[in-house]
Amino acid sequence: MERAHLLHLYTQMLLIRRFEERTAEMYALGKIGGFCHLYIGEEAVAVGAVDALRPDDYVFSAYRDHGHCLARGSDPKRVMAELFGRSTGLCKGKGGSMHLVDAERRFMGGYAIVGGHLPLAAGVAFAVKYRGGDQVVLCFFGEGAVPSGACHETLNLAALWGLPVLFLCENNRYGMGTPVERAVALYADVAQNAAAYGIEAGRVDGMEVLAVREAVGKALEQVRTRKRPYFLEAVTYRFLGHSMADPAHGHYRTKAEVDEAKKRDPLLLLRTRMLGERLATEADFKRIEQEVAQIVREAVEFADASPAPPVTALEDDVYA
Amino acid sequence: MKTTYREALNQALKEEMRRDDRVFLIGEDVAYYQGAFKVSKGFLEEFGSSRVVDTPITELGFTGLAIGAAMAGLRPVVEVMTFNFALLAMDQVVNNAAKIRYMSGGQLSVPIVIRGPGSAARQLGAQHSQSLEAWFCHVPGLKVVAPATPFDAKGLIKSAIRDENPVIFLEAQLLYPVQGEVGDDDYTIPLGVAEVKRPGTDVTLIAYSKMLLVALEAAGKLAQEGIQAEVIDPRTLRPLDLATLATSAKKTGKVVIVEEGSRRAIKFLSIWRLSTLSVSGRSAGQVFVIARSETTKQSHETKDEIAAFPVVARNDTIRHIRRIGGE
Repeated sequence: MERAHLLHLYTQMLLIRRFEERTAEMYALGKIGGFCHLYIGEEAVAVGAVDALRPDDYVFSAYRDHGHCLARGSDPKRVMAELFGRSTGLCKGKGGSMHLVDAERRFMGGYAIVGGHLPLAAGVAFAVKYRGGDQVVLCFFGEGAVPSGACHETLNLAALWGLPVLFLCENNRYGMGTPVERAVALYADVAQNAAAYGIEAGRVDGMEVLAVREAVGKALEQVRTRKRPYFLEAVTYRFLGHSMADPAHGHYRTKAEVDEAKKRDPLLLLRTRMLGERLATEADFKRIEQEVAQIVREAVEFADASPAPPVTALEDDVYA
Repeated sequence: MKTTYREALNQALKEEMRRDDRVFLIGEDVAYYQGAFKVSKGFLEEFGSSRVVDTPITELGFTGLAIGAAMAGLRPVVEVMTFNFALLAMDQVVNNAAKIRYMSGGQLSVPIVIRGPGSAARQLGAQHSQSLEAWFCHVPGLKVVAPATPFDAKGLIKSAIRDENPVIFLEAQLLYPVQGEVGDDDYTIPLGVAEVKRPGTDVTLIAYSKMLLVALEAAGKLAQEGIQAEVIDPRTLRPLDLATLATSAKKTGKVVIVEEGSRRAIKFLSIWRLSTLSVSGRSAGQVFVIARSETTKQSHETKDEIAAFPVVARNDTIRHIRRIGGE
């Protein structure tokens, strides 16, 4: 991969990291309220996967969706404004943290009922097939969704009807505080759940953005040409708590475990690799850091200066 | 042209599928079996299996899939074999279909129709004998339609399919063979418009779906006794045409709602608002409800069903109206 492309991936991951850090600050200041789930630690999955898409492909996400939306190229200003609940947000302040939608980029949304968006992703793929198109649907979800009925009904339909969906399971080890081995019977190889439906399945190191990019690229190629679903498990880790309401470690996992995982920070891994292979210098990373800081600062300023939706907009868009 | 409720739906769905190739039918046994109640008779032959889609018995999965297809610009008609089974898809209907437009700030649209028989039929037991419209009416973002006649069924299903919103379309198993006049032309009936089915002056009877037939029969008997009942069918339960109902209530001062849902569920339907409504300073008067008994265990014995559901044969139905109307 070329140097410029690698730097682009690094920039995207850093944007998500810094954006999420500022989101946490704004939450602490009371500028953002409600449930808020940060993506820190998992950046390589969204960035590597979305990089392999075409602009006319579709993306679905769950409630931890800031990273996927930013990776898809949504304007950080409008994403932050949405988190602030302002009228300039992507969804006019009506979606909030868990329901970011950017239809123009075919980012079809974040959904907050675990497993509930998998049938929607299959439905968009059904529409693609119905029209004879060659777009694919990339559907992110956590390993916590895997045992749900919605997941299994969707896998069955997608396999049965040959729907072009890449099911990308972000296995960050915990469904809130419950580890995968206490929630999923086939926990050691989560993708086996899809293999049971005859869906081709694979597994990738979700901390290595280049590994994700390669695995997703290959999987998408198959989905697009063979018109069959694919299930990819990306093994990753969330560095912070489940939401803003809980600490990074606590009753369900130890500080030592989190610290161990942070040694494989996706940003650190790519940076070390690029420096080692002399594809970038410290000066490059310093410049990117400054550029990203500027983007995030402007996003917060834009959100803070934006008006709340008027009370008269309360019932807008309930019906067409 | 006289035809059945079933045939009226069949015609309307066919005409819509011919008119717009984004419209497709999906559900259990809609294609090869031609529909559990034969509403989709002949569809597979005319439209093929890409537009008449048999599904596994997975309401959550295929309803959610159809919602996704609607988000991508198709116009799915989901047949639920009965609305009892739609409960398995409730999360998809309530959290996705009804809310996606709002949550996306109007960027996404879910033009879907979810249709099939609701309410009780005969001797089907407790799990197949319930009226769930109050649940659906409770959800902002959904429209809820429940036609009683073949003419209305045809005109309303067309409007439902052409509507940009998710529409819950409640049919009734016992209505499928009922005959009535249906227009040959491509007519539609707007959603949210009630119709006075029989004019009268003494008492207002409000009834939808197959309870309309009960109300009309009762009105005929009452007329022989000199009580002129006005019978109104809301046809759409959300949005509700409260103005038409209120106009009649104002005129007669007495309202009887004949309803097949459970007695307490009626309070969740907006029709109940008539009881507190005042029209031009005049109260709508008293509102009475004749509804299903509170029992949730429907016996499969026919005589018990007659006791549980409003039917004219049950003397107290007509007695209630006579008492209220004659006051």
